[in-house]
Amino acid sequence: MSLENKEFKPKIVAFCCNWCSYAGADLAGSSRLSYPADVKIIRVPCSCRVNPMFILRAFEKGADGVIMCGCHPGDCHYSTGNYYARRRMTLLFSMLDYIGVENGRTRVEWVSAAEGVKFSETMNSFVEKIYSLGENVRLGDLRCKK
Amino acid sequence: MQRIGVFVCHCGSNIAATVDVKKVVDMAQMEPGVVHAEDYQYMCSEAGQAKIAAAIHEKGLTGVVVCSCSPRMHETTFRKAAERAGLNPYMVEIANIREHCSWIHKDMEEGTKKAVILMRAAVAKVNLNAPLQAGESRVTKRALVIGGGIAGIQTALDIADAGYEVDIVEKTPSIGGRMSQLDKTFPTLDCSACILTPKMVEAAAHDKIKIYTYSEVDKVSGFVGDFTVDIRKKARSVDMDKCTGCGVCQEKCPSKKAPSEFNRGLNTRSAIYTPFAQAIPNVPVIDREACIKFKTGKCGLCSKVCQAGAIDYEQKDEIVTEKYGAIVVATGFDTINLEKYDEYAYSQSKDVITSLELERVMNAAGPTHGHLERLSDGKAPKEIVFIQCVGSRCSDDRGKPYCSKICCMYTAKHAMLIRDKYPDVNVTVFYIDVRTPGKNFDEFYRRAVEQYGVNYIKGQVGKVIPQPDGKLLVQGSDLLDNRQILKEADMVVLATAIEPNPDVRKIATMLTASIDTNNFLTEAHAKLRPVESPTAGIFLSGVCQGPKDIPETVAQAGAAAVKAIGLLAKDKLMTNPCTAQADILLCNGCSTCENVCPYGAITYEDKEVNDHGIRETRRIAVVNNALCQGCGACTVACPSGAMDLQGFSNRQIIAEVDAICR
Amino acid sequence: MSSEKKQAELIKEISGVNPLKCMKCGKCSASCPSYNEMDIKPHQFVSYVVNEDIESLVNSKSLWKCLSCFACVERCPRDVKPGKLIDAARQVVVRQKDQDYLSPNEIPELLDPELPQQLLVSAFRRYRR
Repeated sequence: MSLENKEFKPKIVAFCCNWCSYAGADLAGSSRLSYPADVKIIRVPCSCRVNPMFILRAFEKGADGVIMCGCHPGDCHYSTGNYYARRRMTLLFSMLDYIGVENGRTRVEWVSAAEGVKFSETMNSFVEKIYSLGENVRLGDLRCKK
Repeated sequence: MQRIGVFVCHCGSNIAATVDVKKVVDMAQMEPGVVHAEDYQYMCSEAGQAKIAAAIHEKGLTGVVVCSCSPRMHETTFRKAAERAGLNPYMVEIANIREHCSWIHKDMEEGTKKAVILMRAAVAKVNLNAPLQAGESRVTKRALVIGGGIAGIQTALDIADAGYEVDIVEKTPSIGGRMSQLDKTFPTLDCSACILTPKMVEAAAHDKIKIYTYSEVDKVSGFVGDFTVDIRKKARSVDMDKCTGCGVCQEKCPSKKAPSEFNRGLNTRSAIYTPFAQAIPNVPVIDREACIKFKTGKCGLCSKVCQAGAIDYEQKDEIVTEKYGAIVVATGFDTINLEKYDEYAYSQSKDVITSLELERVMNAAGPTHGHLERLSDGKAPKEIVFIQCVGSRCSDDRGKPYCSKICCMYTAKHAMLIRDKYPDVNVTVFYIDVRTPGKNFDEFYRRAVEQYGVNYIKGQVGKVIPQPDGKLLVQGSDLLDNRQILKEADMVVLATAIEPNPDVRKIATMLTASIDTNNFLTEAHAKLRPVESPTAGIFLSGVCQGPKDIPETVAQAGAAAVKAIGLLAKDKLMTNPCTAQADILLCNGCSTCENVCPYGAITYEDKEVNDHGIRETRRIAVVNNALCQGCGACTVACPSGAMDLQGFSNRQIIAEVDAICR
Repeated sequence: MSSEKKQAELIKEISGVNPLKCMKCGKCSASCPSYNEMDIKPHQFVSYVVNEDIESLVNSKSLWKCLSCFACVERCPRDVKPGKLIDAARQVVVRQKDQDYLSPNEIPELLDPELPQQLLVSAFRRYRR
């Protein structure tokens, strides 16, 4: 645990699918729409690539929030990937909630390549939620805290 | 351990203004595996790429990280640069510190911290990268064009002239599209049919073009270079090989009540019909909803009078399956439904019409044989009011938010043509702005005002009130003279917003082509790639991509054709090497991965396995690299963790997560 | 913040309108039944608020000639709701006179034979507790 009284700066990991949501994030950038720097994006080919293991690892290593973005249902570049992702995440998030990682710390959002505004609005509201929830203490590996 | 080089781009001031690039370089030096780090103004330029090549040679780099703009912009550029320098292109990773960092965050300290983290994640990933080889897939040298309007026809002609086979699928009984419904076209006032019909004939006669009319695309599978499409040929009830196009059946048909789609419902047609006289193919279709024989079993007159014996009441829909390398979408547009615009009395008075309906009225082949007359009583109008922007530029949910682009010009055209033919008719146009951006467009509009005396009023119309004597009271505002105007008009023409053909949603889903909230198909890049869909192998032509007039449509149709030709000209395509791979020692042959793969890329084989001394034959998953698109669905579904994705492996992504959360 | 800007912000807050959305099309003026009675026309209300010239709005005849029929709100293609801006301006005037609420007893004194009935009804709707 940190000894100084540091202002809470959340660590937020965003998994974005290459075809829709990553492009949406790029559009948000090109349109200069701000969102907090706490969000760092990891590019995956499809939202179905996101293994629950990655999300658990993120919380273990000190992330305060994890959001997964993909194509709108029906529009997945690989046709069915986001359906699997949707079902998988529903189950994972309810399990995480059960073990104490609050529901607000995880989110799934469908963002298309044309929705730069939606991407930045989603990130802004997600970060706000994480600020209100505070630092994540569940699942954290104490050895990883500085 | 890898020998990684980190190259941080300034991108002029795009990155350097909000990210301290020197700091990123310093922090990079401290990362494990990094042996070289430098920054430069424009990494994607030739000089920048030369720096990467030099570092690869001098420092013996095995991996490269470029911190720059989005990988969707320049990943290919940097991969090619690495390849030329002798490094496997898949040992290159991009950290997006522009679109995801410098352009969003204003505070330099915050931005730099984030850029450092993104750089670390990329370095962590490259440390685990393995060199990959791209595979090859075949290209079927045939193209499919969905939509037979001017966009589809032009694209097909261009592709066919280059020597490739093209199929056009058109859902109405004839090709021609919206342009066949127009009378004259701006800014030259050519007769629309005169310039369109030669192209229609050329397309029909071309030996490389096959036209399916009264047909729709039912199913699409496959991917770029290798699409399999099911085309449903709807039953015309007429044998196309026997029909001579004599037209006697249409003359004799007793059912004449069906509204004519071609004339926008302003008059009626027979149940067996061709949409217009110059239809191609000149083979009629029986509208089974309107046909007396199909509804009651009695009649059959057309079959009796047909000399060629071409009528076939038993004909059924037929599915044709074809393979294509490229697909071009050219589905066109329609005007919006005016049911939410009661104030204009469109549904209350026959004399309030849309501009497309006015085109039909003014056309010699239209419901009034080209005479300008009121549709209610046939009298000649003396006072005509045009209302612009009906349903366009709206931010409420009644209409569309965009400008429909063509209306200012076509209203100027209509006004001018009416004043030219009927100089005693007063024409007033209520406008918000007059948008005439094309070549000779503004001069055209000024002619309407200055030479033909069309009265343009800056203001809008609040209400159109049908009067008991049959006239229409138009209540509008004049913003420049600051008055409210009450005008008694004989005819009101609404310049209605246009929207993409509603079928396009279904087609976009079948093709997995992106579509926006206004139902326009999205292009891969708004400026630099306007005719390609982000989905490889799908191209966009015409109004389905955005509102545009005929000159722009033809230009875009040619561009889409060129892109398609560029694809078809290749004998094989390099496939994405980031495919799935099963670890044969961990795979237990459960078939879970096979079931989730959308491309059917996974099969099972019996393989000899040497597992720590135990030799046996096991049922192992095998991935077909030509079919695998690298989505990764199988990797997460695999219960034993045997399946992994090259280029985005589990260890790589976890390394990225670790780097971010450090 | 200057007092004009404050008033403009107040009007925007009360009405919930973003006056910058106006595309100066004039459909509101075209739909207004009281157009001819007004000095500042409906399509100008929005401009005045954007330019923070609340003084002129507040002193205009238009403020009280508006019937609150909301035809302009209904017809505006940009969802700018000019009628609501006028309502908000009226609110601002009424609040300035330290009268937030209207009670039925006060009506007979305030009654002006030229006030349209609809205005009384809508005033009740809005200003009564």
